Amino acid sequence: MSKKSSREPIAWNVAIKEILAGGLTRTILSVVLGFAVGAFFMIISNREFLQSITYFLANPLASVRAAADVVAVGYGALFKGAVFNADAATIEGTIRPLTETLRLSGPLIAAGLGIGLGFRVGLFNIGGTGQMISGIIWATFVATRMELPAVLHFIVAVIAAIIGASLVGAFVGFLKARTGANEVITTIMLNYVIVNFFAFLLLDNNLLQGATASGNTKADPASETARLPLLLGESYSLHLGFVLALVAVVVYWWLMERSTIGFRLRAVGFNPSAAKTAGIKVEKTYVLALALSAAFVGVAGANQALSATGGVTPTSHSNIGFDAITVALLGGSTAPGVLLAGLLLGAFKAGGASIQAVGISPDVLSIVQGAIVLFIAAPPLIRAIFRLPPPQNSSVLQTIKQRLFSWGAAK
Amino acid sequence: MKLELKGITKRFGNLVANDSINLVVQSGEIHSLLGENGAGKSTLMNVLYGLYSADEGQILLDDKLVNFSGPGDAMAAGIGMVHQHFMLIPVFTVAENVALGHEPTKGLGVLDLDAARKLVIEISDRFGFNVDPDALIEDLPVGVQQRVEIIKSLARDAKILVLDEPTAVLTPQETDELMEIMRDLASSGTSIVFITHKLREVKAVADKITVIRQGRVVGQAEPSASAGELASLMVGREVDLTVIKKPLTPGSVVLKVDGISVLDDRQHRSVNQVDFEVRAGEILAIAGVQGNGQTELAEAILGLRPLHTDSGDVVISGNSVRGKSVRDVLEAGVAYVPEDRKKDGLISEFSIAENLMLNGSFARPFAKGFGIDFANRNSLADQRVREFDVRAPSAATLAGKLSGGNQQKVVLARELSREVDLLIVAQPTRGVDVGSIEFIHERIVEARNGGKAVLLISTELDEVMALADRIAVMYRGQIVGVVGANTDRVKLGQMMAGVLA
Repeated sequence: MSKKSSREPIAWNVAIKEILAGGLTRTILSVVLGFAVGAFFMIISNREFLQSITYFLANPLASVRAAADVVAVGYGALFKGAVFNADAATIEGTIRPLTETLRLSGPLIAAGLGIGLGFRVGLFNIGGTGQMISGIIWATFVATRMELPAVLHFIVAVIAAIIGASLVGAFVGFLKARTGANEVITTIMLNYVIVNFFAFLLLDNNLLQGATASGNTKADPASETARLPLLLGESYSLHLGFVLALVAVVVYWWLMERSTIGFRLRAVGFNPSAAKTAGIKVEKTYVLALALSAAFVGVAGANQALSATGGVTPTSHSNIGFDAITVALLGGSTAPGVLLAGLLLGAFKAGGASIQAVGISPDVLSIVQGAIVLFIAAPPLIRAIFRLPPPQNSSVLQTIKQRLFSWGAAK
Repeated sequence: MKLELKGITKRFGNLVANDSINLVVQSGEIHSLLGENGAGKSTLMNVLYGLYSADEGQILLDDKLVNFSGPGDAMAAGIGMVHQHFMLIPVFTVAENVALGHEPTKGLGVLDLDAARKLVIEISDRFGFNVDPDALIEDLPVGVQQRVEIIKSLARDAKILVLDEPTAVLTPQETDELMEIMRDLASSGTSIVFITHKLREVKAVADKITVIRQGRVVGQAEPSASAGELASLMVGREVDLTVIKKPLTPGSVVLKVDGISVLDDRQHRSVNQVDFEVRAGEILAIAGVQGNGQTELAEAILGLRPLHTDSGDVVISGNSVRGKSVRDVLEAGVAYVPEDRKKDGLISEFSIAENLMLNGSFARPFAKGFGIDFANRNSLADQRVREFDVRAPSAATLAGKLSGGNQQKVVLARELSREVDLLIVAQPTRGVDVGSIEFIHERIVEARNGGKAVLLISTELDEVMALADRIAVMYRGQIVGVVGANTDRVKLGQMMAGVLA
């Protein structure tokens, strides 16, 4: 049976239909639509455009030109600020925006993987902020209160951040497994507890407050030995954090797609009763999943604690714990997806300042971000707008994939 | 009323669910629509009931063309339908349920329940239904609930009654009573369309039989046709309905259940002090009507559901598994085919290959260290897909895209490929096509012949009688009695209704 059908010719029209109906097409179109929504807000908040509207009937072209201008300037500035700046005085300056995007996307990718891992197991981890701060606390302790040789120091600090974060995740998992407490509630509430606990630690000189903080909630800068090394020399601030994020992507991919642990995590995520019937301990899996989820978030925490040249403050988490939810959703909780989504959001962060510099509110980027998630969350809406086919029941793509795979394996 | 369907065609995308089907049901005739799951019986009836509109074809009632845009139109035209899953409100009385949807009112919209009660009493008396109009639905046995459904249709002057798999939830006695009711209704002029896949019932009650396969009418048959002929028509090839078993050679006791009690989800005692033994090389069948504690019993043996504190012990191959985890029980040599394969047996979003390793992710041959041994897994999966005749393009096909029979074969392939002493199979052929039933039964008997102890839990009496070496009948959480395989139907039916052996 299987032999015979694998010789059948591939129905390319069906394959194309499957691609159009698939998640990737929808995601790309959601991003495009998100930018369109952002453009709309740029236009209607632009003074020249609003003025041109008053004489729209006399000179409609002026309105169109004003609208086109503001969108071109706005997204042009985003590109300049986040990817490549051709106007920069030095060659170094031209690619600095790209390195900034990479630097800022590092923690978003790592935390996005963490939240995505939760999604894959059917858990909604909203406690990214709290888990990250827990990681920051542990890393800061190692980085400011311990003396270790170079290299070893930052490795220990990164591990401490991962442990600190995953303990919080494991605690949430424990509450869920033992008492049935919903992880959405417990993670949100723990965010408050940990944020304020962090502020408390930063108020006392004997705890984590810096020597020069003089009453402010601020820690000492991480010691030189504990800081994440710069990757491209002094002229760029890109540091090892981005490499850590890339390592996290590979680990995540292996864990979820290739390991037996990931197999069980996915099984519980899709169908807990079948997993239970097959002898997988569902409660234990929840504890493990939340601990692992938080561990990835902890990498983001390490990134924040060990890259700041000043000391960390209660806002050092930069809201990454919440942005990570967007990253995970946008990336479909897969390793390559989260990588790309993290880069996109990192670009938004890097380009925010240059958008502001051309007189457009950087809040437009938040609107784009929000609109993208909205479109991703509503597949029928995207299908209706672009007249995409409904989800297909055929499996031609899978056959193609398998045939490619088996060719590769045969060689 | 005479019903005629002419050239009904219904397509869903590329799938032709009904392909120009012609059907004539004479007034006062019991017409049986026989076919496997997915043959297109339900689609056809939903077209008749106005739930779907046909792409082509006509519906004629007493030779007059009709057009239904919804169930309301169909009901008004005199068509009544009793669904497999009852559409009753448990906390309402019989009269209230019958009135629901077309409530009789006095002035100012005040509900006239008395009118509804009178109607129920009148219909009930006319056909000897014996239904109390003031009883709450939740207090009634399923057989009586089904009569309420029939009363609902008759109360709306149904001249054509469609019964969709009506016997699935009934005891043999209740089934016989339903057949009596069907004959009475027919003799009073009501036409009945009886949808089923149970050959015995068709032969017992139908006047005419139409067999549907893959959306087409493949033949008409008389009730005098043999079960084998009907099955062949249904499946499209020769079917052997008898299962050949080697003579029984029971070995040592593999499963010993000693006085266990189990609570269900509502904390009611659904299994009450049950004990029995299953020996190597024999099939012990637990017969009984759905909902008498069989599900909970199987879950308790497997460790999915805790034993009640006053329980005795469950011993597998000499070792107590009381309080053990599911994984421990599985590894103690138990294979388990759950009754609800979509919920408990498979992960629809996983491929066949992934489902085959569902309970084998801890060790070889599927795992290598912390990683999945993909090469090994895929070759094993291909091998099992072939061996168990799973009809799928490849082992990478998602389980959710398979038919019920093929899904069940995947579950069986997983469980029977493990080295076990005890096989627990619950409702192995529920929602499975006849061709697969044959295959599944053979595999179960093969496991027994190979020296495994088999605990078969089934509500299908035919299945129990075909496979079992001994039959334990369960009623309200207790074993009413254990009898031999050649016990007659009537006796088993009485036991299933709680009469002590």
